Amino acid sequence: MTSYGADLLVILPELIVVGAACLLLVLEPLTPPSRKELLAWLSLGALALCIGLTGGQISVLNLRVSAFSDLVVVDGYARFWKLLLYGVTGLTILMSLPYLKAERLQLGEYYGFILLALSGMMVMVSGADLLTIYLGTELMSLSLYVMAGLKRSSPRSLEASAKYFVLGAFSSGLLLYGISLLYGVAGGTKLGAVAAAIGSRGFDDPLLLIATILLAAGFGFKLAVVPFHMWTPDVYQGAPTSVTAFMAVASKAASFAAFLRVFVEGLGGLKADWSNLFLLLCLVTLILGNLVAIVQTNIKRMLAYSSIAHAGYALIGLVAAGRGMGESGGASGLASVMLYLALYAFMTLGAFAVIGMFRKGGLEGEDIEDFAGLAKRQPLAAFLMLVFMVSLAGIPPTAGFIGKFYVFMAAVEAGLAWLAVVALIFAAISAYYYMRVVMVMYMREPDPSAGEVPQLVASPALTVVLACAVAGVILFGLFPNPLVSLALQSVLPLK
Amino acid sequence: MTIPVFYYLILSAVVFLTGLVGVLIRRNIIIILLSVELMLNATNINFVAFSQYFHNVAGQVFVFFALTIAAAEVAVGLAIIIALHRAKSSINVDEFQLLKW
Repeated sequence: MTSYGADLLVILPELIVVGAACLLLVLEPLTPPSRKELLAWLSLGALALCIGLTGGQISVLNLRVSAFSDLVVVDGYARFWKLLLYGVTGLTILMSLPYLKAERLQLGEYYGFILLALSGMMVMVSGADLLTIYLGTELMSLSLYVMAGLKRSSPRSLEASAKYFVLGAFSSGLLLYGISLLYGVAGGTKLGAVAAAIGSRGFDDPLLLIATILLAAGFGFKLAVVPFHMWTPDVYQGAPTSVTAFMAVASKAASFAAFLRVFVEGLGGLKADWSNLFLLLCLVTLILGNLVAIVQTNIKRMLAYSSIAHAGYALIGLVAAGRGMGESGGASGLASVMLYLALYAFMTLGAFAVIGMFRKGGLEGEDIEDFAGLAKRQPLAAFLMLVFMVSLAGIPPTAGFIGKFYVFMAAVEAGLAWLAVVALIFAAISAYYYMRVVMVMYMREPDPSAGEVPQLVASPALTVVLACAVAGVILFGLFPNPLVSLALQSVLPLK
Repeated sequence: MTIPVFYYLILSAVVFLTGLVGVLIRRNIIIILLSVELMLNATNINFVAFSQYFHNVAGQVFVFFALTIAAAEVAVGLAIIIALHRAKSSINVDEFQLLKW
């Protein structure tokens, strides 16, 4: 069975990650509590191996290899997302080292769950069959439900976990029902078979219409798009901050990757119909995400609404791709989504890394007011937060601007100039709540009656994370070309 | 005599909607979990019915995976509910208000 061996070789990175996760879970009880950090280094080693394997294929970026009779496919698109996910996971693990110590949460299985979630995400981005995509989504979600509730001493964390679980299970029910109806329409669950079967049909087939709406709703929950966003602020606020960062960045990126693949490769024939549906979702997401973020006083909650709004900006690229006008036939729209999420990763990870280690006594300082006067106490920390906030607001010369620029350009190219203008107005509104954090840091004195003032607790691992994040934000803001051309090369072909 | 696939679709739609409404209106988290299970099992009816209709086993294979995932989901869900019950002595979702719903 040589072909079986070849198939296993194709999914070698996934096997390494799953193997490392199982090894971690076995080693966990054998490691003394003071040595749990060794497990983190082990998982970083597994990640380095995967970066080597996938990164080594970058010269043959668009070579399409499929395995297990087309259940899994490794193409340029999958490689792009996998590299992004490795990077994000690595930074999350580094960020967790000091965070878990400060929260007295030194659990080895934490790293095991991160790797299991990562392997789910890797299956999602390489799935070429609705079955594998569903399995990947569930593996990711189940690990994240547990991670959200890891802080067992905190009722808030448990409550976040329960809410995430209930709404996540509900959304996977919707997703699965959509998949089952699509199977009924297409007679198969491979994306290629689905595309072939719906080639000639439109939305006048009620089964197909319901299936598409259910799939959109199921993925909408994972992407945190309005009106499927209700879980996001609660879960982001209650979960441990390193887990929040992981959810906000990695799970959103992987869900977008699978979502794009299903709708482009599988349901590409319906693009005229779904682009209208997503246009609507995109508009309500931009409006609600940005407006509700303004009134938040807890910074994790504010960033949750901001992450909802950012999903709205990324959706603009998909709407533009669906319209498929212009010379590139929508490719620039899809590439802009990929670029947007890659750049969004750096700024969001950076912001959450600061928040996680911004501590007052034994607790996190997560109210925006806690940042008062930070510029005087710790000018460097305040400056880093300034860079991340400016980038999230999309002001040049940061990465956030580049991401928004390409998304808006894709919209204009697709004949949706009005959408770009609306999004630009909301970007200006969003600057208000991001700049409020900056204003509090630079212009306000801490309340003298508050007692202990919060400080950013520095550590070598945190320094590495912040350096990577700030370098990504500034370098890609000034020299975006390598990343832009990588996204354009690895984009999915839109039929 | 064979039963038309349409009948199965109606059955599964009824089961699915029962689950959906259950999740939305019930307040006991265990009942919500059971309602989610109804939604997942409704999809299994679809898969098996279509599998029979197309004479194609892909749907039945999917059911095995869906069942396994549903079991894993219940295991994780019950663990979370137990942890939450220890912390709050309640399984009524209306009482989970530390975070604004």
